[in-house]
Order: sequence, then structure tokens, then C-alpha cells
Amino acid sequence: MTPEVRLGAAISIEGLQFAYGSGPRVLDIPSLVIEGGSRVFLHGPSGCGKTTLLGILSGVLQATSGEVRVLDRDLVTMSGSQRDSFRAEHVGYVFQQFNLIPYLSAYDNIALPCRLDARRRARLGSTSLDDAIRNVAAQLDISALLDQTSTTLSVGQQQRVAAARALIAAPELVICDEPTSSLDTDRRDAFLALLASSVARANATLLFVSHDASLGARFDQQLSLPTLNRSSRADAA
Amino acid sequence: MKLLFSLAWRSLRNRPVTSMLTVAAVALSITLLLGVEQARRGMRESFTGTIKGTDLVVGARGGTLQLLLGSVFGIGSPTGSVPYAVYEQWAQHPAIRWTVPLAIGDSHRGYRVIGTTTGLFEHWRYRSSGTLSFATGQVIASDSDVVIGSEVAAKLGYGVGSPITVGHGLNAVAGLGDHESHPFRVVGVLRQTFTPLDRALFVTLDGIEAMHGAESGTMPGGTMPGGTMPGGTMPGGTMPGTVMPGAGLPPAMPGAASPAGVMPGATVPISPAPSNVFQDEPRALSAFLVGTKTRFETLRLQREINQYKAEPLTAVIPGVTLAELWKTLGTIEGGLRLVGALTIVVGLIGMLVALYSSLEARRREMAVLRAVGARPSMIVALLVLESGLLTLLGCALGIGLVMGGFALAQGVIEGNTGVHIAVQVPGALEWAYIAVVLTAGILVGLVPAWRAYRSSLADGLSPRL
Repeated sequence: MTPEVRLGAAISIEGLQFAYGSGPRVLDIPSLVIEGGSRVFLHGPSGCGKTTLLGILSGVLQATSGEVRVLDRDLVTMSGSQRDSFRAEHVGYVFQQFNLIPYLSAYDNIALPCRLDARRRARLGSTSLDDAIRNVAAQLDISALLDQTSTTLSVGQQQRVAAARALIAAPELVICDEPTSSLDTDRRDAFLALLASSVARANATLLFVSHDASLGARFDQQLSLPTLNRSSRADAA
Repeated sequence: MKLLFSLAWRSLRNRPVTSMLTVAAVALSITLLLGVEQARRGMRESFTGTIKGTDLVVGARGGTLQLLLGSVFGIGSPTGSVPYAVYEQWAQHPAIRWTVPLAIGDSHRGYRVIGTTTGLFEHWRYRSSGTLSFATGQVIASDSDVVIGSEVAAKLGYGVGSPITVGHGLNAVAGLGDHESHPFRVVGVLRQTFTPLDRALFVTLDGIEAMHGAESGTMPGGTMPGGTMPGGTMPGGTMPGTVMPGAGLPPAMPGAASPAGVMPGATVPISPAPSNVFQDEPRALSAFLVGTKTRFETLRLQREINQYKAEPLTAVIPGVTLAELWKTLGTIEGGLRLVGALTIVVGLIGMLVALYSSLEARRREMAVLRAVGARPSMIVALLVLESGLLTLLGCALGIGLVMGGFALAQGVIEGNTGVHIAVQVPGALEWAYIAVVLTAGILVGLVPAWRAYRSSLADGLSPRL
């Protein structure tokens, strides 16, 4: 939450190219900038490289070439374990589904990032981990579920637990990969409202990816990956 | 690390059936491997510890092992009999410090009755120079005195003063062929020694004689009265109605049933002779124990006894004969150890299969861990820790099973074989086995760990399910 990051771009991409191994190029993005603190909707059909881009932005995947700056750090020049630490400290991630470690309770799932990484834990400042978990659980309306095993939760409840885990200790960047696609409309709307308010409270940048363009209106900025990604344009042609 | 441990533990608990079966497979293979080792060590210590301080065991010419097992360990029958006169002659030998005669062949309710002298209580040593001592009472003196081992006292509820009748033959059925006309009375109870002495009764040689002598000619056909001729051989000696199965005397074991009454070489029971002749001097022993004056004399004396022309004798050094036994058993032990090692391999392969096949279902879990910041090395560590934990639990359970199993089986083993196997904490060799198994378990964990590592790198955050 350093001021310069807040003021500058949360994500800035220059000439990004990516291919899995020696396979075909999946991503070719000349330029992309996402302002800090904004809530961005990234839209694209299935298979256009959305998840791959998120993998690169979270530091799990390494760009083949180009510059990828996240929170003013150049991920391309960082080592794998540096990127892992970076992700643990600064990024919250919500999957489409199956977000939770099945053998941990909701509480322990939410605690996981802080237990895994001391610097993420340090972001809590003087707040205890237990308080932080209960606060974020209250925001997402899952206080009553904390002691339950993940497998006993409904899909909507699981997604809210996942959001709580992504938001714990206020990371600067929250990435959501189609988190609502397995929810019905009512639950989807409720989830999006909770997510939006929690992200706003944490002052985080939100990157929300979906194939469902109808969700875009709820966000500050809408991007279309096929438009950004020259590789998918080539595929389409 | 604490987190990893907790994750590994909960992950295993999340798959209770697979985990428990894996632990059980490892535990059973450890049980087998350690059990063989434990039995081997226990048996050796039990045997070696039973007879300390005795330099030679001398009996009729025969197998060294049979002589030692039959006379000292109460397993099988002694090789034959040694005429008393021969014993007396050797007892005077200048190299010999002490001798203890043993007349074996009768029993009381399944326990061996041994005719001996008070020298037994004085010279017998067990374990690390443990001497025999009395829980109550005193040594045998008169021919109706009997001293009993601790187990005899405990199992049959005897104490000083209890009357005892002795049955004929080592496997005598109670009441059948008992020497009822010569009852004994318990004068002493030995403290527990965890040796075959606990399961024996001791009477004087005169007692043996009196018992057999008193009934001479009165026994029903088939049992063997004490009437035989000293040192005589009586080929084909017969007695009316002496077809022997009723006496429980295997014909192949000459002298086994009644050392006091059988001569060397006599395979058939002999017709009764006037009993009064032998009332005071027993004519034959099963064996005698020898303590030499110096260790150096032992080998020379052994050779001398073995080459004795007047009477075919066998002298054995207990330790040497036991070493021969261990050598013979070594092949079997090696085979069992190999089987144990192979079951360990099978157990670990079972674990490998269980972990490996669970990976597919766990790719999602690995992706989640990566997403919250886990390094790929943590995925490896998690899986290795899981296999390590399974192996560790298996080893711990295996050790428990071995110890518990031996504690439970101790009585049965002792009852059936006469071998007391002390429950022992695993020794250096066992710990080495366990260390090898643990290492192997961890190495086995590297296989699924490596695959998970590769796939989590390739999958990134989107495992292709």
C-alpha cells in the first residue's frame, strides 16, 4: 500500500508474449495498463488466454518475453521463488470453483495466506490473525461457517470463503477468474456486491475475468482480451 | 514447517481409509522384519543366558545338540544314559572342580522331574551370573524331598509341604503310571529365573531310585520299573506284555523315558530286576554338568571325555554347541529376513500406489496452494512429508505390534517350546532397519512429489482436469 504504487499503475504490460513450452504463442499483448485502485472487468470467450494472462500476472507463469510490471515490480526479471513470495504477499486469487483445500475448515482456508507467508501476515499490523479472519468473514457474511469443513459448504459459500481468503490482510491486487460462473443469478449478484464492497474497503485493485460480458457494467473499466491479444486475433482469423 | 506438517497430517486424515491401509501395510511388514529379529535375539539370549558357568555338559554318545537341549533346556530327550559309576569316576578327574548329575525321565503333570544333587543349586548360573535362590524353603535332602521351579509352583498352586506324585515318562498323563507308592513333599520353591528351571521339579537321585525301586515289579505292563543292571547291556531284554506305546516312550529314544532305569544301547525296556539292589545307588544318569578348574582345561577335558574308551560319552561346551545351532538356524533366519525385507518393499509400493493415484484428484489442491503463494518446493515437501508420516506411523505401529505381540505370545511360546523370549526394546540392528525403512518411505514419497512438482509447474493455476 505504498503511495507510489497507489498513484501509479497496478499493472503495466509492454510487449508481453507467452507460449506453453515450445507450443504456439498463446498471448501477444503489446500494451496494457490498469490503474491502481480501479476495478477492472476483463472479458473474453473461453480459450482466449484469460487464465494464462492471470497466471502471468500472479507470477505463477513466466512470460516468454516482454515486460510485466505488477505493483511496480518487474515479474519477468524475478526468479520463480521471488514471484511466489510476491504473490503470497501482494495478490489475492479466486478461482472459478474448487477454491478450497478440502481437508481444511473455512477458517483455516482463510488463514492460509497469512500462515504461509510472514510478510502477508505482517500486513495485518497489530490486528491478530483471528480478528482479521473474523472481520473478513463478517464482511462476506460467512461468520457462521468458519468452523465447517470446506466440503460441507455450498458452492456459493465456498466462493465467499475463497474471496475472504483472497482479501485477508488487504493485498494490493485481487484477481478473480470467473468466480461467479458456477453461481445462479441471485447468488452471483450477492457475491459481486460483497466482493465489490470488500475490495473497496481494502483499497485493492480488482481484476475480474469473465466470459459473461453482461457483468461488465458493474466495473470501472472494461477490457476485452481478444482485442488486446494479437494471438487470439490471429487464431480467429 | 508447522504449517506443512499440519497440512500433511490433515490431508492424510482426509483420506482415512487409504492412509490407514497404507500404515497397516507398512506396520505389518515392519512387524515381520522386527519380529524375526526379536525372536532371533530373544531366543539366543534365552538359550545363552540359561546355562552360564557350566563348562561342559556330558552325556551318552549322541548328537551334541540333542544332549544339550535334552539335558539343559528340557527340549526333547537326552541322548541316552551314563552309568553312575562312570560319572563317579569322572567326577574325580583332577581338572574338574565340580559336577552336577542330572537324571531326567519322569514328570509331574507335564513338568520334568530331575534327579540331581544340591550342587545344582550351588553351581547353576543364569543370565549374568545369577545364582539360584529360594523364594521359600530349602534344598533337597531326603529322598522324598522335592524343590520346584517358580512356574510349577505358580501354575499348580504348590508351596512348601505340598504332596506330589511323580509320573513315569516325560509325557506322562496324570494318574497313568504314577509312582504313587513313593510320594514326594515340596521342601523348597525357587525364585523365577526365566529359564527352563522354572518349569522343573528337582529331587535327589535317591528319590528317583526310591520312586522306581519301590514300585519295581508292581507297575502295569508297559511302564518301566527301576530294575535294571548297572552298566550292563541287555540286548533284547523283554518283559511280558511290554509293548510300549502305553508308556509314552518313543522306541527311537533309548533311555529317554527313564534314565535311571535304562542302559546305553537298550532300546527295549528291560525286565525288572530285584529293586533292593539299587535302592541307594542310582545306576545311570542322563547327563552331568561339569565346571572345570580353569577355562584352559575345558577343551582338553572335552577331548578326553569324547575319546574315553570304556564308555561312549559326548561332552559339549554349551556355547560352542549353541553357536552351531545358530549357524544352522542362520539359513532359516536369513530366509525369514529376506521375506521381511520383501514385504517392506511390497508395503512401500502399496504406499507409492496410494499416493500416486491420489495425485490426480489433488491437482486442484496443488493449484490452490500455488495460488496462495506456495512454492513448488512446498508441494514436494508436502507429499514427501505425507509419505514420511505414513512410514513413521507404520514403523511405530509395527514396533508396538512386535512388542505387544511378543508380550502376549510370550506365555504361549514358553509353554510350547520352553523358550522364554524377553520383550526387548529394539536394538541397534532393529533401529538400523527402521532407519532404512523410513528413508525408503521418504524416497518413495519423492516419486509422487516429483510428478506433482512437474504438473503444478505445467498446470500453473489451471489444472486440466
